[in-house]
Amino acid sequence: MTNEQLIEKLTSAYPAAVVKMGSQYPEITVSFDKLHAFMLDIKTDSQLDFDFLVCESGVDYPVFLQVVYHLESTSLKHFLVVKANTENRETPAIDSVADIWPTAEFHENEIYDLLGIKFNNHPHLRRIFLDENWGFPLRKDYKDDIHVVER
Amino acid sequence: MAEILERIVTDDEIKTDEYLVNMGPQHPSTHGVLRLLLKLEGEIVHNVEPHVGYIHSGIEKMTEALSYPQIPHLTDRMDYLSSHMNNEAVCLLVENALQVEVPDRVKYIRTIFDELQRLASHQLWWCASGMDLGALTAFFYGLRDREDILDIFEETCGARLTLNYSVPGGVMFDIHPNFQTKVKAFIKKFRTKIPEYDKLLTGNIIFQNRTKGVGVLTKEDAIAFGVTGPTGRASGFSCDVRKHHPYSAYPLVKFEEKLGTDGDSFMRWQLRMDEMRESLNIIEQLIDNIPEGDYAVKMKGVVKLPEGEYYQRVETARGEFGVYVVSDGKKNPYRVKFRSPGFSNLFAINHIAKGWKIADLVAIMATFDLVIPDIDR
Repeated sequence: MTNEQLIEKLTSAYPAAVVKMGSQYPEITVSFDKLHAFMLDIKTDSQLDFDFLVCESGVDYPVFLQVVYHLESTSLKHFLVVKANTENRETPAIDSVADIWPTAEFHENEIYDLLGIKFNNHPHLRRIFLDENWGFPLRKDYKDDIHVVER
Repeated sequence: MAEILERIVTDDEIKTDEYLVNMGPQHPSTHGVLRLLLKLEGEIVHNVEPHVGYIHSGIEKMTEALSYPQIPHLTDRMDYLSSHMNNEAVCLLVENALQVEVPDRVKYIRTIFDELQRLASHQLWWCASGMDLGALTAFFYGLRDREDILDIFEETCGARLTLNYSVPGGVMFDIHPNFQTKVKAFIKKFRTKIPEYDKLLTGNIIFQNRTKGVGVLTKEDAIAFGVTGPTGRASGFSCDVRKHHPYSAYPLVKFEEKLGTDGDSFMRWQLRMDEMRESLNIIEQLIDNIPEGDYAVKMKGVVKLPEGEYYQRVETARGEFGVYVVSDGKKNPYRVKFRSPGFSNLFAINHIAKGWKIADLVAIMATFDLVIPDIDR
């Protein structure tokens, strides 16, 4: 499916979501409470068939945190970027997609570790790199009290 | 006595308790500081829980304070055996975002370096995994022949491992005048070495018994777990970025994407051996045709990416390496995420190692070709 066809299909199928063409790939922003159902849809729909979760990353924005999913279909060769924003920055939470793509389990552990986004229904949410009482270093307001260098 | 022993062995009632054993962080077969928490029953592995982060260096956070031309220099330190591919990923991202067309000469040089480094990496993997499985001779053979590639690197870039050669807009300096002759001599020599490797290990019956049918990863699982690179291709997952999303000079060369069917440790082994031959073919097609011209285009002093999000994927020796950059139009990126192949690959080990013995887990890990800084970043 070409990018234009993909955008057209997603726009008509999910009117509540924001679909646009990004700088390289089509992008869709889904509300955090509809994320899991949406992901299950695009994985099982034979016309979309997004079976390969290439990359999952978290981004810190001033009023919310964002989880970005880079998805590819290995059979149909199209690529999609899915974004979901958390409700707030204080208690960020989002549904896990580890039951849809097992690789997400490890990626979500990393995002939880470095950005502090909680994943609901995650099979084994733990901090993989850092200590339990460490802050969340990839947040923009993170201050390193120990290794801070003053000019 | 024999009767009692027989009774114990055949009696289903007698079972050992499950217990936990740490494999690593200092274990020769983990190739670095990786700790696997094993749940065992006797010698049989029931669960593998990877504990990473011993050499987590916070590269993603560091890059937020760096300018774009500075970032490639840090990426060397992630997957140090694919340092040039990591450099190239960031350079391609910046060039594509700014729509800078690099000279053909740069594309050729980069591709040749990619393939030389893939060879060096596969060679180190080959000899080290031979050592993991108890064949120490392989280690000396591999390191001896890898030296030739490192010498070629040293002549051109001054570095042997972390090349630090690609910069946005081109490469740092032109290739050494001896480069072409040395590479050609190396190809000729290396073609005679691969049969030697095969004779030493691939055809060895002990080696085959230890790897054939061990740790089978199906194609569906490879896709679901995001296992890319030679490891994924051994399961039949066609995931070669060089083929599907060609970059640099890859659109110009003819090469075959090797695909396996079995997905066991022996297939992963054979696939990398085949990839070495394929890499030689790619270099051979390019080495005589390096076009004349500049080795870099002049970039602006301050590189600012237009506001937006970019994703660049390249094929390293271990699989798909991705760089995701969120730019807010300033000279530093807002957020950089490195999608490293080892990180996704490592997670699949738990799935396929269940039910195998500890010694088989070593064979599985050896053929997964993990590099720990690539996982930790």
